[in-house]
Amino acid sequence: MHSALWNLTLARFREFYREPAALFWVYGFPLILAFVLGLAFSERPVPASTIDVQLDGSDTAAVERIRAALAAEPGLTVHIHDEATCRQRLRTSKTDLVIVPSPGSPGGVEFLFNATRSESVLARNAADRALLRAANPSSPVPPSTELAEPGRRYIDFLIPGLLGMNLLGGGLFGVGFVAADMRIRKLLKRFQATPMHRTDFLLSLMLSRLVFTLIDIALLLGFSYLMFDIRVRGNALAWLVLIAAGGVSFAGMGLLIGSRARTIESISGLMNAVMLPMWMLCGVFFSAARYPDWMQPFIQALPLTALNDGLRAIMNDGAGFEALVRPLLVLAIWGVVCFALALRLFRWR
Amino acid sequence: MTTAIRVRGLVKTYPGRPPVEAVRGLELDVESGECFGLLGPNGAGKTTTLEIVEGLLDATAGEVEVLGLRWGSDDSAIRRKIGISLQETRLSDKLTVRETVTLFRSFYASGPTPEEAIARVGLDEKARSYVDKLSGGQRQRLAVATALVGDPELLFLDEPTTGLDPQSRRSLWDVIRSLRERGRTVVLTTHYMDEAERLCDRVAVIDHGKVIALGSPGELITRVGGEHVIDLDLEPDEPVRPAREDLLELATVKSAREEGDRITLTAGEPHRALPALLDLIRDRGIKLAGLTTRTATLEDVFVTLTGRHLRDGE
Repeated sequence: MHSALWNLTLARFREFYREPAALFWVYGFPLILAFVLGLAFSERPVPASTIDVQLDGSDTAAVERIRAALAAEPGLTVHIHDEATCRQRLRTSKTDLVIVPSPGSPGGVEFLFNATRSESVLARNAADRALLRAANPSSPVPPSTELAEPGRRYIDFLIPGLLGMNLLGGGLFGVGFVAADMRIRKLLKRFQATPMHRTDFLLSLMLSRLVFTLIDIALLLGFSYLMFDIRVRGNALAWLVLIAAGGVSFAGMGLLIGSRARTIESISGLMNAVMLPMWMLCGVFFSAARYPDWMQPFIQALPLTALNDGLRAIMNDGAGFEALVRPLLVLAIWGVVCFALALRLFRWR
Repeated sequence: MTTAIRVRGLVKTYPGRPPVEAVRGLELDVESGECFGLLGPNGAGKTTTLEIVEGLLDATAGEVEVLGLRWGSDDSAIRRKIGISLQETRLSDKLTVRETVTLFRSFYASGPTPEEAIARVGLDEKARSYVDKLSGGQRQRLAVATALVGDPELLFLDEPTTGLDPQSRRSLWDVIRSLRERGRTVVLTTHYMDEAERLCDRVAVIDHGKVIALGSPGELITRVGGEHVIDLDLEPDEPVRPAREDLLELATVKSAREEGDRITLTAGEPHRALPALLDLIRDRGIKLAGLTTRTATLEDVFVTLTGRHLRDGE
């Protein structure tokens, strides 16, 4: 006969893996999200600019001169159209810039562009430079080198954020929602009527959560490595410590959220109220530094911000334990406070 | 005989505006080895009383002794000795019967093996089925099995057969009877008089948080005035009504009450009461919509005792 802790934990595993929908949302969905976002933001060189040259009357020589000058600049595609077509194409963003040969004006051309589109501004600058170089063939070209350091891509920024988001979601769903669901099903009340030790029950929630989290994190990291060559460039042990600290802290937060809720509506509402603001504020999809200064003390005190900063420092910047001090402190405070409150508030019926 | 449960002056008041007095000075003694029924409408205080005795709820005032022990000082000792089946518990859908029983068995230091407990409620063939594949009756039997795994001296079953089909009810009755034969004390709540009659040695009728009648089912029915009931349905527009005095004079009729178009009589011997009743109706020229006879139910006991219906409060 095995212990209650073992049986309770085993029951959690069985309930979980026998529910294919839960498996998908916990494990499949984050992978799909990473994949889709990775594709959407995969780094391509800045796209080539399209430039139209306006064919004005019979001055084909001027047009031909401009076309030759532009051809010398890499990454420019040139078309020649009449005035009406050029304007129409610029208005509908089919072209980025229209060059009008204009013998009277300084430089011999006029640029027609759209100041609200960065592609249009880039095209104007590129055209301007190409024409200048054509006019002064002797001016030297400074050498330029592409940055090739790891951690520069958007996906490098995104994956640590997704890991943090998964840890948060796992803690809230895997502990808070599960506890509330058992209360709603009156299963907690039924357990309370047995000699079951309450610590066994709470520990079983934590243990099963820990294992699910490790699988979850391993899957997401393995997938990111294969798809996007993302790896932990810093201290792997420090990274694991941070993952574990995040998991435990969010499990405490989940337990607090699920400590009293008696309806599906209230637990769902509470979870959304906690999760959505943190997804927005804590630098999951974009840097938290974009928020105004007066919000920063608040944002920096949130556990997901601390976790994401720490994960990025280790994964992208190659940091070690020295990067853990602040994240661990923030996570520990949240974890301890949440656990203490949850144990005090927890309702079995 | 020793006392399994002793309740004195039990009061439970839920705070609120106005406060809800669910239990108001309830007294109860359940003897060891008997099957005891708690009867009453919803909101009578049955479940509140049961949950206080089970240690799931704190009393506002009063004394509760379970197997000679008290909640507050001997909690874990009591929990080891009692088994509970709550009607409203939804066990995990994706665990099998055996896994569910094994889980509950792991909470107790001693008791039957999970297989034995499953066999005792007759679920052997379903041992490997998921809970969500069980019928209502099978789920109730599983709930009873989880109450049996600690080999309890005292068993609480909250409405074990409510909502079940007749066959499922009968198979659950067999389970409960076999428990009693093993010398266990069983406390159950029910809406059904036939169930109380078949299973319970004694029943307590509870209303407004108090015990209003206590005794064996037979005693209670005798107190109502006969275990046979005649329901007389009059045509809705029928202006002539038989006089109450005339009805009470009919052979073996003990009581009569009128409610809308229905007149309900209790009678000791329906084969003597019915011909007299039909004669009376023919004499007065009253048109009937229907006439039925049946055995007395908890409903009749309750209406006679309180003048209200069991389901009025729902």
